[in-house]
Amino acid sequence: MIKESTLVAEDAVDREIVPAGDYYMKVVKAGQTFRILDLEGNQAADTLFYNANDPSERYSAVDTIREQGNVYLTAGTRLLSNEQNLMLEIVADTCGRHDTLGGACATESNTVRYALEKKCMHACRDSWMLAVAEHEEFGMSKRDITHNINFFMNVPVTAEGGLAFADGISAPGKYVEMKAAMDVIVLISNCPQLNNPCNGYNPTPVEVLIWD
Amino acid sequence: MSEKTPEPGTVLYEDQLAGACHWSMQMRKGTSLRLIDNEGGANVGMLFYNPVNLLERYNAPDTLKCQHTFKLTKGNCLYSDMGRIFCSIVEDTVGWHETVCGNTTKAMVKEKWGEHTYQDYRNEWNQNGYNSFLVELAKYGLGKKDMAANLNLFTAVGVDDEGNLKYLENNSTPGDYIELRFEMDTLVLMHTCPHPLNPAAEYPRKSVTYQIRQAAEVAADDYCLNLRPENQRGFKNNEIFHLGAGCCHD
Repeated sequence: MIKESTLVAEDAVDREIVPAGDYYMKVVKAGQTFRILDLEGNQAADTLFYNANDPSERYSAVDTIREQGNVYLTAGTRLLSNEQNLMLEIVADTCGRHDTLGGACATESNTVRYALEKKCMHACRDSWMLAVAEHEEFGMSKRDITHNINFFMNVPVTAEGGLAFADGISAPGKYVEMKAAMDVIVLISNCPQLNNPCNGYNPTPVEVLIWD
Repeated sequence: MSEKTPEPGTVLYEDQLAGACHWSMQMRKGTSLRLIDNEGGANVGMLFYNPVNLLERYNAPDTLKCQHTFKLTKGNCLYSDMGRIFCSIVEDTVGWHETVCGNTTKAMVKEKWGEHTYQDYRNEWNQNGYNSFLVELAKYGLGKKDMAANLNLFTAVGVDDEGNLKYLENNSTPGDYIELRFEMDTLVLMHTCPHPLNPAAEYPRKSVTYQIRQAAEVAADDYCLNLRPENQRGFKNNEIFHLGAGCCHD
């Protein structure tokens, strides 16, 4: 569902450009709203959420899609934790559909999907490994890395049970916005993937904005 | 005298799991696990871990994505997050098994079917899938952080054009079975608690039979190996792992 935001970028309390191949790891407080802005279009922002007070409570793709009875995420979606608590709600979305089935690229899964020789190419899960290693204050490790949201990705499921990787439905300036219902650690890998046509083989920056 | 390898298909062990039960075991490479739905309408929640590196676990998104599928059936391989294949679905009379709906919880079971506590109902209590996995995980020093999107064998959940989930009734009938051939040593966690979207009025308590069988060698023309080029590369990753050269985070 397309729903525009009324928030103005100039009023944001925090703005950060995240280049492709980098990660973003910050706490968004309960009541704050944050936006991921696709600056150049068809970029994938691979995103995980954790309860900032207890990271063992985290975003759960299976609980979120089962409880809303739908596999796609858009405005109105309540992002639930592994304890079925509301973490964030998507309050604005100019893209219309986001994926949470496809997971994140990893060097190891790249060998399966593309070629064994691709094993050392940069991948989302490597960005997350670096993020948890550089942020010991959160006490997280590989155990905490779970199934993510792919903001701006379009992965349609067919009635026959197939999975397609359709062309992106995002474009420059499209965004998705969420309001936090608890203090959350936002962990984004701005996807560095060079082998997937979904981003036109051209990973680009995103901007993350936070409003009080 | 050297020990002779049993003929492929030989049943090495057989047992049953009643409904609402959980168990775990290690499966060896080269053996298979056949699960048989005794009464129809069974659900088996399942998770896999690498016993020599418990951080390596079943990864549903990688499994679906690399095989361009939402449903799982014969020919599909079940992948770890490390690009390796825990097991291949070598036989399947059901046709559709799902892996995106997770588990029942204590609260969910209470709301849907009533809280039948152990104190009141003994072995007929209404156990839930989430706690079942927590118990089995804890036996290996694992906890909720180690949980992943699990398989729900014998249960099918379809998706319409708008993305709405639909629980498919009568997916599995009495005698239906699925057989998993293990391509590496694997820690298997399983429970027989009902699927969270099962609309049954009464708590469904469905038993399964499970058999550990001697598997045949993986031939060059193996169906799972050749289903997709991705699976050929997955098998190659297992081969490298068994050389001792695969990344294992030790």
